[in-house]
Amino acid sequence: MTRVVITGMGWITPLGNDIDSVWKRMVASESGIGKIDRFDASSFPTTIAGQVRNFDWTQYVKDPSKHGHPAMNSQFALGAAKQAWEQAGLHEFDALNADRAGIYLGAGEGVLDFSAHSTIDTHAWDAEDGMIDPVAWAKFASERLEPWGEVEQEPNMPLWHVSKEYGLMGPAFNCLTACAASTQAIGEAASVLKQGDADIMLSGGTHTMLHALGITGFNRLTALSTFDGNPEEASKPFSRDRGGFVMGEGSGMLVLETLEHALARGATPFAEIVGFGSSADAYRITDLHPEGRGPAAAMHGALKQAGINPSSDTPPIGYISAHGTGTQENDSIETMAIKKVFGENAKDIPVSSIKSMMGHLIAAAGSVELITCIMTMQTNTLVPTINLKNPDPELDLDYVPNTSRESDVDICMSNSFGFGGQNNTLVVKRYDD
Amino acid sequence: MVQSDREKVVISGVGIISALGVGIDALWDAMCEGRTGIKRIERFDPSGFASQIAGELEEDAFKVRKIVPKSHRKATKVMCRDTELAVGAAASCVEDAGIQTAATSEEDPTLNPDRVGCHIGAGLISAELNELAAALVTSKKEDGTFDIAHWGSEGMQNLTPLWLLKYLPNMLACHVTIVHDLRGPSNTITCCEASSGLSIAESRRVIQRGDADACLSGGAEDRVNPLALYRQHCTNRLATSNDSSAVVTPFAQDAQGTVVGEGGGILLIESETSCHNRDGQMWCTIEGIGCKQATGECPLKPDATALTNAIQKALDESGCDASAIDVIVPLGSGVPEFDTVEANALATVFGDRLNEIPMITTIPYTGNCMAGNGAIAVGIAAKALKEQHLPVRLGAEDTVNVQAQAAPSTDATLNYALVVSPSEGGQCVAIVLKRGEA
Repeated sequence: MTRVVITGMGWITPLGNDIDSVWKRMVASESGIGKIDRFDASSFPTTIAGQVRNFDWTQYVKDPSKHGHPAMNSQFALGAAKQAWEQAGLHEFDALNADRAGIYLGAGEGVLDFSAHSTIDTHAWDAEDGMIDPVAWAKFASERLEPWGEVEQEPNMPLWHVSKEYGLMGPAFNCLTACAASTQAIGEAASVLKQGDADIMLSGGTHTMLHALGITGFNRLTALSTFDGNPEEASKPFSRDRGGFVMGEGSGMLVLETLEHALARGATPFAEIVGFGSSADAYRITDLHPEGRGPAAAMHGALKQAGINPSSDTPPIGYISAHGTGTQENDSIETMAIKKVFGENAKDIPVSSIKSMMGHLIAAAGSVELITCIMTMQTNTLVPTINLKNPDPELDLDYVPNTSRESDVDICMSNSFGFGGQNNTLVVKRYDD
Repeated sequence: MVQSDREKVVISGVGIISALGVGIDALWDAMCEGRTGIKRIERFDPSGFASQIAGELEEDAFKVRKIVPKSHRKATKVMCRDTELAVGAAASCVEDAGIQTAATSEEDPTLNPDRVGCHIGAGLISAELNELAAALVTSKKEDGTFDIAHWGSEGMQNLTPLWLLKYLPNMLACHVTIVHDLRGPSNTITCCEASSGLSIAESRRVIQRGDADACLSGGAEDRVNPLALYRQHCTNRLATSNDSSAVVTPFAQDAQGTVVGEGGGILLIESETSCHNRDGQMWCTIEGIGCKQATGECPLKPDATALTNAIQKALDESGCDASAIDVIVPLGSGVPEFDTVEANALATVFGDRLNEIPMITTIPYTGNCMAGNGAIAVGIAAKALKEQHLPVRLGAEDTVNVQAQAAPSTDATLNYALVVSPSEGGQCVAIVLKRGEA
């Protein structure tokens, strides 16, 4: 059986733009949530988010002119990919077989120019007919919409930019299963390697929906927190008074390799991907299955592939990075599903949500959460669920409330569940030869 | 592990939806008669656009409400057109495969829902402008400018609460899994024209690693929408002649570009064992798949190396030599840069013999359905293998080095088909299909 290991990691997040500084801030229970200043959100129901700051993508590529006009999601991806690539030592490796170097991303779409679109749509509105005049719309669009801005919104554009930067010509996929995308991408990238179709895969996710239409969409769904106090206290997964998720943005990237390839080039494996489970709720577009059927199936699938018995005498997992969005529904059902899967062991497994600190990175969430799992094993430190000062009596797992703590962790699980019911779980293990 | 050591995977159901109607036969029959589905756009007045023709379904050809179970009818209100197309193609596929699902019968489903996956490729879904603009216009100031402060406090309330859910690309697969109660692995590949082919690759991988027995797999996309049409104009790939009978001429020296379309396909991808155990009909076997990434000058300029490597990988997995291929279904979009890359890649693999292998080109019939395109191509290839027939080829009088010129329909001995697609964004996919045992 081919073993798949992780040899490089990188992220661009609302808490910072490199592995070590973000990790230190999470260990210190810091929040990256603040007032939105990307656009004027002052009148919106939600005025806060986790925004990436102090990031200049041109510092992360060899020659920015080769990339044209990357959208922000592609910029984040390039930033995270460089860190992962260099941590894996690939910048000093000149024997890469490009045809066997692939990429599998869970990238979201690029940002729509809301200012231009709102102007065009309102100008082209025919009040008499109560609809758009498409002829006028086409004229205004050609005057105001930047062609590259439209092309770069295709969700496969980050894939193009990253593969272009590193000359990756092997298997290439982008998936977009909402909040589950990058966990699914990493799981399937590992599967590509196990099937022998590549030696190395760059994988992860990138996304920003931190724009007027994105916030509008989630506000209308009533999924976003409308907390108006201190922004750093807004994201409250597993709290009794949790009021929805807080938007984040960013990217997480990982280098996955077959163990054989990693060792042959002298790379240091940090962790091994031992389990991946994927399922569909097949229930409703707007709601999770009330018994957590899909999430439980994803966790069971990942454990089965990893050869781990959830009902073993001692807790078989040292840490679960929860999907933990901070919505009433997700946190209740995820807790129920964890208990369903692990039974008596559930209460002894630490579970935390870094969304409490950096918000929800949507398609990229799973990638930064998997990196969190690996850092947990590397540092033997559990990062907390912050803002858990008002526990929900119905939610009774160990959510690592408010402060980090030390713990020997050798195996971690990371959950991601998407709007619409696509669920994915990864199990990673400390690398042991 | 080499492909021959893995579980054999077959296509055991085909559902197509295109400008020529619902079902594989609607498209196949039109292709055998040489009848294109491309015509002037009727859904909106296209006269503001340079390209005014498209592969558009007739308005009454398909009503999604009529094909979903009563319990899901309310949910059709939050389906965008792309999702409607996927749900329509899935229903057609399930019917063709002769399987019972939660949507078709109250009896036990033919396949265990936990063991059926769903991989449906999707595009960047363009919002319906009338719906969005009706809300936006409530925040228009007297001087005509847009008032974002008003939008945040009041205007957005005019947008239907579930608006966002309508346009998430994963909703194609989500609605299909709900309608048919499919609970296995489900993914949404978003790689432009390569989306369907990559979805089929993923379904095969999921089945071969043992996580499913079968998957509904393919893709769908609607580009007959002002915003989607505009986005295609931004790529400079559209033909600006509006003579619908002959505008798309794949591989012609003077090809002018492509036209948009709406449609897609859903196939039942199944392990041979599962198909055999339920006495299913096998259309063909999937012998090999190659997926590679191009790293050309820009996302809209593919390069031939990656596509060549994808084709070679698919052939290597098949264990058959290039000489075994009897028919090629290329993307054949009529976009000169893409056609050239396809022709060059195929020439590298097939050499002088390329001109002897007939092609089937679908875009002159359906328009470019982007994420749905590859599944249409695979469905038509499967049909050609089954019927041992080549449909009428629409196109130019002459094409250089490839057999893609206009030609009448004809019977042919077809054992192996190669389906190829490069994409905007550089993903390349090639699939080798083998005729099912008679």
